Amino acid sequence: MKTPLLEIEDLCARVADKEIIKGFNLTINEGEVHAIMGPNGAGKSTLSHVLCGKPGYEITSGTVRYKGKNLLAMAPEERAREGIFLIMQYPVEIPGVPVTTFLKHAVNAIRQHRHEPELDTMEFIKLLREEGKKLGINPDMLKRPINVGFSGGEKKRLEALQLAILKPQFSILDEADSGLDVDAMKVVAEAINAERTEHNAMLVITHYQRLLKDIVPDYVHIYADGHIVASGNKDLALEVEEQGYAQFLKEK
Amino acid sequence: MTTEQEKPEIADESGDKYKYGFVTDIASDTAPKGLSEDIIRLISQKKGEPDWLLERRLEAFRFWQKLKEPTWAKLSYDKIDYQDLYYYSAPKQKVAPKSLDEVDPELLKTYEKLGIPLKEQEVLSGVVAVDAVFDSVSVATTYRAKLAEKGVIFCPISEAIKEYPELVKKYLGSVVPYTDNFFACLNSAVFTDGSFVYIPKGVRCPMELSTYFRINAQNTGQFERTLIIADEGSYVSYLEGCTAPQRDENQLHAAIVEIVVLKDAEVKYSTVQNWYPGDKDGKGGVYNFVTKRAACRGANSKVSWTQVETGSAITWKYPSCILQGDNSVGEFYSVAITNNRQQADTGTKMIHLGCNTSSKIISKGISAGRSNQTYRGLVKVSPNADNARNYSQCDSLLIGPDCGSHTIPYVENRNKTAKLEHEATTSKISEEQLFYCQQRGIGEEEAVSLIVNGFCKEVMQHLPLEFAIEAAKLINISLEGSVG
Repeated sequence: MKTPLLEIEDLCARVADKEIIKGFNLTINEGEVHAIMGPNGAGKSTLSHVLCGKPGYEITSGTVRYKGKNLLAMAPEERAREGIFLIMQYPVEIPGVPVTTFLKHAVNAIRQHRHEPELDTMEFIKLLREEGKKLGINPDMLKRPINVGFSGGEKKRLEALQLAILKPQFSILDEADSGLDVDAMKVVAEAINAERTEHNAMLVITHYQRLLKDIVPDYVHIYADGHIVASGNKDLALEVEEQGYAQFLKEK
Repeated sequence: MTTEQEKPEIADESGDKYKYGFVTDIASDTAPKGLSEDIIRLISQKKGEPDWLLERRLEAFRFWQKLKEPTWAKLSYDKIDYQDLYYYSAPKQKVAPKSLDEVDPELLKTYEKLGIPLKEQEVLSGVVAVDAVFDSVSVATTYRAKLAEKGVIFCPISEAIKEYPELVKKYLGSVVPYTDNFFACLNSAVFTDGSFVYIPKGVRCPMELSTYFRINAQNTGQFERTLIIADEGSYVSYLEGCTAPQRDENQLHAAIVEIVVLKDAEVKYSTVQNWYPGDKDGKGGVYNFVTKRAACRGANSKVSWTQVETGSAITWKYPSCILQGDNSVGEFYSVAITNNRQQADTGTKMIHLGCNTSSKIISKGISAGRSNQTYRGLVKVSPNADNARNYSQCDSLLIGPDCGSHTIPYVENRNKTAKLEHEATTSKISEEQLFYCQQRGIGEEEAVSLIVNGFCKEVMQHLPLEFAIEAAKLINISLEGSVG
């Protein structure tokens, strides 16, 4: 019945000489929302980076299949074109590159990959304005260089806008640190919820349970010392909220 | 006869991306190799020049013989044998063309391939007039009649020497005298052609003027001379483009551009320089030694240089402004990109002589491959230049671990009231930026070009629109293969 979208088996990865991910297993089916929670410094961000192909990590063993294909053999941009989208906690500034220009390149790279005709400037601007309006984005923001001088809220809105426009099948929300801006997160949560369909799946990485009130997950996993130490439904998140991570860390 | 044998596919075979690398096989009239008083007399005679000019050429040549090639620039190249070059090469034509219909169709085709239509009706709604310089001579100048209605003179300088001797005599060499430097002196002795522009008092030139320089012949030095005079209260925007065939030998290019800006006048000079840069191992390419200078002679005059430099194996170029008139303004906006083994030593000089003069320098250098780049600038404030202002910003972007970038800003201030600011940064394209682009589906090379174009934006926005698009494409081509 269920179609697996992402299958991670025995994944081990390291940065320089430090093992970060140690025997990680997880299968995410189409239509499911999984949350990964864990203490700060557990390597939650490493997981999102490895899935998206960020350079600097060495995969020492294990496999990751996405739509049945070997994900680890794909370049970062190929993964993105295949529908993997990472909502970043600290999106980087690119001076001199307006949001519009950047997004037009991104949209058309993805459309080309899907054998869809490229959007011309008029069509694209229309799409951008419409989606921007829903997120309360001022058209002036679209002319500014990407993330340069953006407030935390503006950065989050821009990530949400990209999610809405690029229409990924698998989104990863990386809010690994504790520095969560609740108001800004609401915007992202709404955008994510809007993308919840029976085909799309999501992975929400967070330190706090609070986020999971806005994005209610189907499954919650506790991540510590490089692998999943406990799994359950959304109630597991509440347990963590009340009792902290200590109990899970002892169990292993 | 004039059969055309072009080999545009060379570019693909060698894995190079220089699409202007073809050679036009056209019969040419070439003077013997080497440099001597006889050769100079021959050039002058071929061009039917008046005696005063021949005398100036010979004077310059005699002076040049005493000069030594400068070595202060951070450039390394094999010694140039000035006796092993041709100093005059012109496409053979029985009579000088009176109209475009008489221009050799092979030449027209060459410019067409370069994307420069010379047939007036094909030029976008008459917004640009073009002077095309092929090797040593100007082959066509468009829209002359239309410009003449406004009193604007736009013609080959060889023609101006005959038709407007008073103007040429008065201003030629007045901004860059032959004694200025080694290469300018050489040019003063052997220059063959170039463009001449005169904008009369109070006239706003109705279209952009542009010159396209093309080196075609082998082992031939190209020495053009451009003279622009903006009379009181006038305005002109002038564009310059350059390409050369792909050859294994180095080609010497030593040009002079002189601009005279009188009271209340403004000149905007934009360059997209795309001389052949040599192959990836540094073989071939143009040696570009250019002296460009503008004199803001009158009060409230303004000159602005905008340049995008992607070509040449060696670049030695410092477009400068002499701010003589009170309240005069000089601007320099530059993007220089070097890849593979290219070397560029480039910058500007802002000489403040008048009161309340101001200048602005925005220089963006991008180095990739094993290339090396130096920004060299001078801001000089003389004792009488009260309230002079300068703002300089020099940013360098490095792509890859093997390139180099250097910033050498000189400041000579002799007036206490001057306000001078200087900012400089050196950065690398960060892994985070690249990853962000890639995570949104943008390929690595496209990502680099987006980031680089963003880096250059402040400069690019000063280019006329059509030129800006061309320049952006050029930047992408220049950086192909610089990552991964």
